[in-house]
Amino acid sequence: MTNTQTAQLVKIVIVGHVDHGKSTLIGRMLYDTGNLSQAKVDHVVASSKKRGMRTEWAFALDALQAERDQAITIDTAQVWFNTSKRPYCIIDAPGHREFLKNMVTGAANAEGALLLIDAEEGVQEQSRRHGYLLHLLGIKQVAVVVNKMDLVDYDKGAFDKVQTEYTEYLAKLGIEPKVFVPICAIEGEGIATKSDKMSWYDGPTVVDVLDSFESQATLENQPLRMPLQGVYKFDKRRLIAGRIEAGHVKVGDQVLFSPCNKISTVKSIENFPTNDAQSAQAGESVCVTLSEQVFVKRGDVMSHVRDTPFDTNVFDARIFWLGKNALEVGKLYSFKIMSQEVKARVEKIHGLIDAETLEKLPGGASVIKRNEVAEVTVRTQVPVAIDTHSKIAPCGRFVVVDGYHVAGGGLADVDRQIAERGDESKIKSDEIYWSESQISRGQREKLNGHRGAVVWLTGLSGSGKSTIAQGLDSELFARGHRSYILDGDNVRHGLNRDLGFSPEDRAENVRRVGEVGRLFADAGTITVTAFISPYRTEREMARSLCAAGEFFEVYVNCPLDVCEQRDPKGLYQKARDGIIKDFTGISAPYEHPENPDLVINSAEFNVQECVEQILDHLEKKNILHAK
Amino acid sequence: MQKLDHLSKLEAQGVYIIREAFAKIENLGMLWSIGKDSGVLLWLARKAFGGNVPFPLIHIDTSYKMPEMIEFRDRVCVEWGLDLRVSQNVTALKEGMNHEQGRVVCCQALKTKPLSELVEASEFGGLIVGVRRDEQATRAKERYFSPRNNQNAWDAHDQPPEFWGQFNTDFAPGDHVRVHPLLDWTELDVWEYIKREEIPVVPLYFARDGKRYRSLGCAPCTMPIDSTATTIDEVIQELRETKLSERDGRAQDQESEDAFEQLRKDGYM
Repeated sequence: MTNTQTAQLVKIVIVGHVDHGKSTLIGRMLYDTGNLSQAKVDHVVASSKKRGMRTEWAFALDALQAERDQAITIDTAQVWFNTSKRPYCIIDAPGHREFLKNMVTGAANAEGALLLIDAEEGVQEQSRRHGYLLHLLGIKQVAVVVNKMDLVDYDKGAFDKVQTEYTEYLAKLGIEPKVFVPICAIEGEGIATKSDKMSWYDGPTVVDVLDSFESQATLENQPLRMPLQGVYKFDKRRLIAGRIEAGHVKVGDQVLFSPCNKISTVKSIENFPTNDAQSAQAGESVCVTLSEQVFVKRGDVMSHVRDTPFDTNVFDARIFWLGKNALEVGKLYSFKIMSQEVKARVEKIHGLIDAETLEKLPGGASVIKRNEVAEVTVRTQVPVAIDTHSKIAPCGRFVVVDGYHVAGGGLADVDRQIAERGDESKIKSDEIYWSESQISRGQREKLNGHRGAVVWLTGLSGSGKSTIAQGLDSELFARGHRSYILDGDNVRHGLNRDLGFSPEDRAENVRRVGEVGRLFADAGTITVTAFISPYRTEREMARSLCAAGEFFEVYVNCPLDVCEQRDPKGLYQKARDGIIKDFTGISAPYEHPENPDLVINSAEFNVQECVEQILDHLEKKNILHAK
Repeated sequence: MQKLDHLSKLEAQGVYIIREAFAKIENLGMLWSIGKDSGVLLWLARKAFGGNVPFPLIHIDTSYKMPEMIEFRDRVCVEWGLDLRVSQNVTALKEGMNHEQGRVVCCQALKTKPLSELVEASEFGGLIVGVRRDEQATRAKERYFSPRNNQNAWDAHDQPPEFWGQFNTDFAPGDHVRVHPLLDWTELDVWEYIKREEIPVVPLYFARDGKRYRSLGCAPCTMPIDSTATTIDEVIQELRETKLSERDGRAQDQESEDAFEQLRKDGYM
């Protein structure tokens, strides 16, 4: 036997029509390669004798009582054996049409497939369907085994006929079988040794074919993906735990978590019991610790800062449905995407195929029934981090849970969304995604009875911005409108507490407020901001964040000496005394607006009058009514 | 970059499954039979959580276990700081239950029954169990996450699909789940892993006077095999050459053609 520690285990699924002899082939293959224990051989012989049959190798596998009675395989079974080259796991998928879900369970894990066809019966509907399902599950390495050659007197013509017919069909699916192998499983012809009875065939035996399959495409060299299984704090360490699905990571790497968009650095890789690993790669389940603590949780996907997964709440997918109840368009289901578990719905079915008959079903369907395969668009309730299945397979597939059971599976494709959003290779922080809400802005505005907007008050300290903002807010509230003030001092207590008054920090201050204003406006609220915002460029930036017609730059114009005289917070005095540096109007510039939407001369009018001027303007611009 | 070897892949998969169970199942427990497989299972749990085992271990003590097993259990428990719960069907034992009343009957009374009672009393939502598909053909049909209904029974014919490392983690009230992280391991894998990781095992696995235990159970129903293997390396060598199956020494399996399947349907491991 081979050394299992050095050779790679290869998973192979065997599929075929119910009576075409899969279990017999597996049983016989175990026997011919010396993998069957004496107890099993005795059991096979005794069981066959008891039933008055010729030695039936399928008894080596068909352990369940019910199976022996029905003589069909109930569920996928996995069998291990070794050839002289390497170890295998043979997945026995059932051929009976009722057991499609088990076929999927079995075949979804396989790296290659043996497709079994009965030489006498030829290509059956099931053979076609199995070929299609292999295609669906993305299994490309397929060999066709033509069994029961004894029933056609080991005739080359019968074999050629099957080969021609099936090659043609598989070609339509984009599957090109590696080879067709004629065998007689029950007699062991063509399994581990060449058959004397088919001297016309000079191709490989079944065992040769298995040994020629390549083990799965390597994931180690793809971009890093580690979906988090949990964050543990059992001792003084904070362990970020997950299985690396693709790529590799090393101590010191800067990593990004999606879709929460947090960045940190890998401090250590804690591989019990030594905790001294310097790197880890695809396939490993690891715990890492981080240098900077960030709030991450189960479901988040760790990647490097470049080549991140795609964050979205809409993606295209091919879904196959196995559930007893049909999947309904528009109904919320639980979707499991790596360790992310989100509520999502199929928004639209673009195409539908019956996997039993392979018939294309008419368009405009609103359900996916059992055994149907559909091309769909999925919408999740919260953004998910996901990849296109054909690029990083483990990060682009998902299952759908209906009630208590996994009822379907799917392969995601986000290429369309990536193209719409622009350059994929950008660093994540530059790549602002916008998850679309189910409720449109128009709907919110209709409910509110007015439109969302940002009223941006700018002017010197003491010009009256805060007072006017409060008056405006009160008046809007009295009219039953939704409004809110973003006050310069208030945001510096929280959102912007990390910012000072340097030109860079002032710009960042304004940018953040602009962003928040934009979100409020999107929520249908009339947002009033009261910031000095002394620089033209930053006010222009705030404007650029909002849609045209919803941002109003209001210049609260008041001469410096009047402001200094008012000095409600005593700031001018401190600036004059040199206690405050960079004070607008005294030791830092104020760039007055060149083209404001409105100018309020707050030295000439009282607060109420100023408020009314702004309301008039908003009225004129149709903000105070829904569209 | 070098590919992961076979044992590392199995280890990673086991750790992954145990963590999924921990994330998704309330009141999780792990069955500990003191045997080599559950020894590996326990080791994987420690790997999964940085050396910690954040759930209780359950030992179903039939009272017929070999004394070396109990000594080993109590020693490891202290060394690794484990939360151990021992369960025993005291009533049946008082009434004199033993293998002479029928091996399957005895297994049901002393293993299956106390297990299901413990599950009920402690409201375990799930149990991690060290069964392997290669041990016995019935186990080949198992899922990684295998739901049991509120009668603790297993319906092998109506199992939900399980693929792509996504498990069934939602259950009807009252149901619980058996979790099988070692499903894909073979007996040889277990020993090679024990060797690589230097995991302690009960000394009964090594030959004394020409015999050793290949599978550990109750003393009356577990027969040692002829063997000269006194070290892990020799055990591995022996397993590479043998054609006997692992549970051949377990008498309860041989009572009828489907004895083991019947046991499992009723909730046996």
